[in-house]
Amino acid sequence: MITALLYGLTGMVLVCLSVFALLHQAHLLRKIIALNVLGSGVFMVLIAIAARHAPAIDPLPHALVLTGIVIAISATALALVLARRIYRLTNGDTCLPEEQPSSRS
Amino acid sequence: MLRGFSVFLLAIWLLMLGLAISSWPNSSPSPVPDLIAANLANSGVTHPVTAVLLNYRAYDTLLEIAVLLLALVGVWAAFYCAPCAKVPHPFPTLSPLLAPLLPLSIPLLVLTAGYLLWAGAHTSGGAFQAGALLGGAGVLLRLSGSVQVRQYTSWPVRMLSGIGLLVFAGVGVAVMLVQPTLLTYPPGLAKTLILLIEGTLTVSIGMTLALLFVATPGIVFVREPHV
Repeated sequence: MITALLYGLTGMVLVCLSVFALLHQAHLLRKIIALNVLGSGVFMVLIAIAARHAPAIDPLPHALVLTGIVIAISATALALVLARRIYRLTNGDTCLPEEQPSSRS
Repeated sequence: MLRGFSVFLLAIWLLMLGLAISSWPNSSPSPVPDLIAANLANSGVTHPVTAVLLNYRAYDTLLEIAVLLLALVGVWAAFYCAPCAKVPHPFPTLSPLLAPLLPLSIPLLVLTAGYLLWAGAHTSGGAFQAGALLGGAGVLLRLSGSVQVRQYTSWPVRMLSGIGLLVFAGVGVAVMLVQPTLLTYPPGLAKTLILLIEGTLTVSIGMTLALLFVATPGIVFVREPHV
């Protein structure tokens, strides 16, 4: 039970960190990575929910995580192709900006 | 200042989520794990996660493969633009350095994918894991130059990408000839239907993942280096 709680809390910390990065990073690739970490945090919480009764494993959240991993792959692939399209449509000028050190909030 | 404000809000959110997780009741109010274990003998496989994926929640898996195909269609839609098509692809022709690696690794990947597909019935494994290995084989072929891109989609690409969803949805509708609900396998046929679905799903997932990596409408396999 304590192990499951620890994994759940870590998953939630990952979710909060990645939401922060998603909102405050200007670079499109970093936003995509933040989305991936957000998904991984949610998967960690689901696995923690599956292990809440420690010896007995609930298989339903495991199946949900497997489905979620495939959908995260599809979404990441589509996001990367869209980011590359944005880059080419703006001739590489404005849509993949490097992160400004402290001026963007 | 806005950054500090969002840190503060996210800290409050994290506190609320932590309280939500740590207040799980100790006794299980949900009958679902017991139902899964009790009906495992009739589900056609012996691994509970595979049974959930392909029998109890088969509808979710059907929609998942549809999402994969939808992402592929989105990638193709975003590709087709004239300025993009004129950018020369930086991938080399069949590389003499990576080419000897292919006869060693591709058969091994395909064999392991077949094993994972078969092992999904009684242990961890299944169609998606095997399809991911086949997708990895496709990525290796692309990086070594064995797969070159085309601006049009050929029939084998379409068929291999779509066969998984076609067979899955077809089986789901065909079982409605004998009983009224979608994707409820008849009692004796569950194992056969799951194997049929998983086989076509593996091929389709491998092709779709490789196409998502290449991100062009079509691919072609080359055997010898050309300039």
